[in-house]
Amino acid sequence: MYGYLFRRLLGTIPVMLVVAVFIFLMLRLTPSDPAAIIAGDNATTEQVAQIRSQLGLDRPMIEQFVIWSGRVLTGNFGESFFFKKTVAALIGERIEPTLSLALFTILIAVFVAVPLGVLAAHRHGSWIDRIVMGFSVLGFSVPVFVIGYLLIYLFAVYLNWLPVQGYQRISEGVGGWVQRLILPSVTLSVIYIALIARMTRTSVLEVLSEDYIRTARAKGQSERKVLFRHALRNAAVPIVTVIGLGVALLIGGVVVTESVFTIPGLGRLTVDAVLARDYPTIQAVILLFSFVYVMINLSVDMIYTILDPRIRY
Amino acid sequence: MNVFRKTIFAATCVGSLVVAAAPAHAQTTLRVVMHSDLKILDPIWTTAYIVRNHGYMVYDTLLAQDEKGEIKPQMVEKYDTSADKKTYTFTLREGLLWHDGKPVTSEDCIASIKRWAVKDSLGQKMMTFVASIDAVDAKTFTINLKEPTGLVLLGLSKPSSNVPFMMPKRVADTDPNKQIEDFTGSGPFVLVKDEWKPGDKTVYVKFDKYKPRSEPASGLAGGKVAKVDRVEWRAISDAQQAVNALSKGEIDFIEAPSHDLLPTLKKDPNVNIVVSPLAKLQYVFRPNTLHKPFDNPKVRHALWYAFNQEDFLMATIGDENYIRPCKALFICDTPFATTKGMDGLLTSNAKKAQELLKEAGYDGTPVLLMHSTDLKTLTNLAPVAKSLMEKAGFKVDMQSMDWQTLVARRSKKDAPEAGGWNAFLTAWVAADVMNPISTAYVNAACDKASFGWPCDEKLEKLRDDFARETDPAKQKAISEAVQQRVIEFTPEIPVGEYIQPAAMRKNVKGYLLTAVPVLWNVEITK
Repeated sequence: MYGYLFRRLLGTIPVMLVVAVFIFLMLRLTPSDPAAIIAGDNATTEQVAQIRSQLGLDRPMIEQFVIWSGRVLTGNFGESFFFKKTVAALIGERIEPTLSLALFTILIAVFVAVPLGVLAAHRHGSWIDRIVMGFSVLGFSVPVFVIGYLLIYLFAVYLNWLPVQGYQRISEGVGGWVQRLILPSVTLSVIYIALIARMTRTSVLEVLSEDYIRTARAKGQSERKVLFRHALRNAAVPIVTVIGLGVALLIGGVVVTESVFTIPGLGRLTVDAVLARDYPTIQAVILLFSFVYVMINLSVDMIYTILDPRIRY
Repeated sequence: MNVFRKTIFAATCVGSLVVAAAPAHAQTTLRVVMHSDLKILDPIWTTAYIVRNHGYMVYDTLLAQDEKGEIKPQMVEKYDTSADKKTYTFTLREGLLWHDGKPVTSEDCIASIKRWAVKDSLGQKMMTFVASIDAVDAKTFTINLKEPTGLVLLGLSKPSSNVPFMMPKRVADTDPNKQIEDFTGSGPFVLVKDEWKPGDKTVYVKFDKYKPRSEPASGLAGGKVAKVDRVEWRAISDAQQAVNALSKGEIDFIEAPSHDLLPTLKKDPNVNIVVSPLAKLQYVFRPNTLHKPFDNPKVRHALWYAFNQEDFLMATIGDENYIRPCKALFICDTPFATTKGMDGLLTSNAKKAQELLKEAGYDGTPVLLMHSTDLKTLTNLAPVAKSLMEKAGFKVDMQSMDWQTLVARRSKKDAPEAGGWNAFLTAWVAADVMNPISTAYVNAACDKASFGWPCDEKLEKLRDDFARETDPAKQKAISEAVQQRVIEFTPEIPVGEYIQPAAMRKNVKGYLLTAVPVLWNVEITK
């Protein structure tokens, strides 16, 4: 297994290289000019050209790529065009809110969706099943920002239970940290609850018709034990796959949620950087997201071996 | 010690602890949402309005314009003009300090003026008249001119980008084309650099040693008294969320709430909408004079008959309370405003426009009109222009793009079919376009002009005349001539003005009615 792990880690190198080339070319070929944006409305053509030269954007594209990739190999992602900070420092500042949001979202999603899915499978065809599946369709269909605004109106503006926006760092108090994460996490988790509940229901339903479930029931085990010890465990592989996918999809979800709830995380940094055409920041964030994506896939593959001992690499 | 004395002793101890633990006075924090996030901190390096607003927090100016637009001393105690109008002598006020505690000197101001003048268009023009700037002593310096000009006072009191902010010499000596890295100013607030987190917040604290002028605050002039201990600029990019946060009291002030959300805010009993008559913006249509069909001034002139301002304003702002149709090129109700030459123009006389196009020999070349789609106050301008131009007989190819793509594309001189352009629309803050020198789109100096690159000797001659003139009445006459030449030559067309109100909690008092938003004099009452 260690050999497999090593090979998979080695495999990330070409993936990251392709991502790096792709994102670099995509940004350079898009009709945009960070120098013109930085210079502002009153700037003359000469001033824009001066800034372009300072940023090194007047150099041939290959030269720019060689300089950038050389720096990245030494762990230097360069300096943001706009923020006058290193990209590494910017990402460092933004990681905590995004990780907090992702963690809360996944916890809410898993702890709500898995029991719901199991329940729907157990009560297959009943009104509970229909409600869970109805919610699932709704969760898939309604855009994140619509859910966000509805929850804000209800819980923050109308009931006045939670803050409208913002983020409080965990170092400034756990209470405020949790309070400010509830609405964005619930907003973001709706789609994952829908996804995971649906997959759990399907997997558990399949397993419930197996002989060993009948045997467990014949042995007189309680229905709860049958469902959670026998059925759920054997149905876990596809569920874990979906949860892994969900974690990866979160990368897209945080972009919208962080913007709506004014959370200064990596999602907002991405939006700000794209709007400002801040090439070094966009490149670094996309590389980071790609790396996280690859690592999540690898982790999911490793978890398979724990859940199902028959799986060996 | 008996029980009574013990009790008194204990009570005294507890009382002392409570008093010791209590702050000397409660810290007041003003939480504001500005029109955008602050990413750059050098107000000379960029003309971005948010950086200008930051500049007013941290830096001070030698002169300033009051609410009537009159030029008043600010950092200077007094200024004198020699009889031949060729020497200006400025004397700094006593007690002015930088945020690091060092005194403000003439050398600092000279270096700051020189750095500003490299970047700013009005400053560049002013420097063509300047023979030397010399320090007389630590508090006095002179600006010696080759010939008289009104630009010295106009330039040093310029209210909007680039504002001639004063910086310590060591900072002002930075190459103007490089960003400063030391943010020491002498203004009423100090930037807390460690708490500057782009995308999250920017924090300022009151500069305790700032010495405000004794006069009451008026416009950008008078006493700049910081009445709160701390100001936090919160980066809330979602307009609806900013309104929600204001209604709930999570923030105290929104600099530029979206016009369509104002009815919601008006209904909130805890919120005030404040309208400053000076906080106006002007929409303009900018043709590119390098390429067909707008390389022909007669074709451009037809646009004056094709357009009307009401259509543009209602399509974008949509609320009659905040729109100001105004044909004056240099902003209505300001010193150089005039409607001379505007009779019959901007009334959507399609028939007249068609006749003019015919006379001009317009051959149906399509106009590549850039349409920005992501800035709410600009989005509907291009579709209105397209519709009005088509009624007048133009062929229009409207291409939609985000504002940043438009910004990049407008700097290209290529032909429209090779990635260039023919026209776009934008908005200027009124303070930027109140005279022929600072109005960027009136500059007709060919390659040195702004995007669109108009080239007209007559217009440049008039601008030079304005720069040389020191008599306000004669300046006004020249401004009228400039406007008339703009109508003939058409480097731009004003398509209406609108007011941008601010919104604040009712307990926020003292917000000044200025051309640009400033936060001194603002206090939070209980």
